Amino acid sequence: MTNLTLEAVTYRYPHGGTLALDGIELHIGTGERVALIGQNGSGKTTLVRHLNGLLRPTSGRVLHDGRDVARQTVAQLARAVGLAFQDPDRQIFAGSVRREVEFGPRNLGMSGGELRTAVDTALAVVGLGEEADSNPYDLGASRRKLLALASVQAMGTPVLVLDEPTTGQDMRGVEIVKRVIAAAHAAGRTVIAISHDMEFVAASFDRVVVLREGRVILDGGPASVFAEASWDALRSTCLEPPLPAVIGSHLRVGDTPTDDALLAAL
Amino acid sequence: MAALTLVLESLTYRYAGALRPSLHEVSLELREGEVLGLVGASEAGKTTICLVASGLAPRTVGGTLSGRLLLDGEDTAPLAMHDLAGRIGIAFASPATQLSGVAATVYEEVAFGPMNLGVPRSELIARTEEALSALRIESLADRDPAQLSGGQQQLVAIAGLLALRPAHLVLDEPTAQLDPAGTAMVAAALAGLAANGASILVAEQKTDLLAGICSRVAAIDAGRVVLDGPAVEVLADPRLTDLGVAPPAAVRLRRAAAEANLPAASLARLADAIAEVPPR
Repeated sequence: MTNLTLEAVTYRYPHGGTLALDGIELHIGTGERVALIGQNGSGKTTLVRHLNGLLRPTSGRVLHDGRDVARQTVAQLARAVGLAFQDPDRQIFAGSVRREVEFGPRNLGMSGGELRTAVDTALAVVGLGEEADSNPYDLGASRRKLLALASVQAMGTPVLVLDEPTTGQDMRGVEIVKRVIAAAHAAGRTVIAISHDMEFVAASFDRVVVLREGRVILDGGPASVFAEASWDALRSTCLEPPLPAVIGSHLRVGDTPTDDALLAAL
Repeated sequence: MAALTLVLESLTYRYAGALRPSLHEVSLELREGEVLGLVGASEAGKTTICLVASGLAPRTVGGTLSGRLLLDGEDTAPLAMHDLAGRIGIAFASPATQLSGVAATVYEEVAFGPMNLGVPRSELIARTEEALSALRIESLADRDPAQLSGGQQQLVAIAGLLALRPAHLVLDEPTAQLDPAGTAMVAAALAGLAANGASILVAEQKTDLLAGICSRVAAIDAGRVVLDGPAVEVLADPRLTDLGVAPPAAVRLRRAAAEANLPAASLARLADAIAEVPPR
């Protein structure tokens, strides 16, 4: 159980850097599936790095279950929030796939059968069960990314944060990412993902938060965020709604963010 | 002979130390001004084709290659990498492998390639500014490349490639790190280069992007070319999904509608709507 609250969070990169977050107000309840979207440089990655204490706000507060994270260590926050980086090579360091996935849960105190089960399950979900003894760098870039995802998933943290999980994935890889999210959701975990893939966002998330220049400009379900009334706001941060939403609006059959919604409306 | 072409002729390639070849008798032909899209599942051989087609394999990467790579009709076998550098540009999915790491500003980074090829100063400035403007990153000119976001770095890497003005380009998932706006800018830049006669080989997972800029698409499976034809036909080929390639959204939607047994009138309405909405 971890709900997350950002109160008037502002973040300026050091040495006179850019103002990446500009007064973010956001509450994410336990078990929500939230997609963060917005053009490159809109503050998405900066925002999620506040959730596990990798970055601390310049002003404002980040709360876990109502408690200010400023009084908690990164080690404490790591128990609550697991973060899979956009670039898996910033994360992977172990000599074997199994040791890579073991590292996180072991540091959280898992051992023996419990650890083995967590690791085997996480590897099976991403289709790397046969590769447990391989060197991570013998895997291609897209499977290394799935490995990084498995490593974070295995930690069993109440909150799972994925930074562009479908980037570089083929169709099968995207299906695996969707499965990981569905499994985490079924286990009651909160899933937060950054993505540029609007079809993936519409299909796998209950809530879509749109950022522009460090501010939240839209926040709602996929049907409302991708509805025609939101297109101007989306386009102001260089995003286009998914094709089924455009078609549904063109045919005046309602808000249809996914293929399934559109076909049902026809 | 004068036509700008890039021809891969029955290329079989094995990485150093690998037991089996990664490519088997790959033949592809790009005419002047042609954009050829390369699709396939992860690890099907797209990156390897890009390495071979740009001359980096085996010259820099090692390994053994048989078959011929022809550039404007000329066999490239006797040519060294620096002979190829001004004629074929290559971009990778990750800007980290592309950026020089020595330039203090984006401007210097973009100028780095042509400067090393000895392009005179006045032309160097013109090329650099044109490349920055093509990708609308003029405002980043004075920034430190290391301090940019992944997507911004990729635009800088591609601008550096444009500044080389190569007659041929090989791009391996150039928009993987980019947001929709960046992806659209790269697509426009590639279309512009093709209109000026460049032949462009582009590997991508984003079939919607390929649908917009390619005249032809080839599909790769286990190191072999298994489909090669007009983009509209290959991207609508039902075998594409079996190969692990997601079709463009319009194709996917049409197929889902057909499988959902919608009444004929609804299918026709949907097909008309797909044709009427502006391409993305």
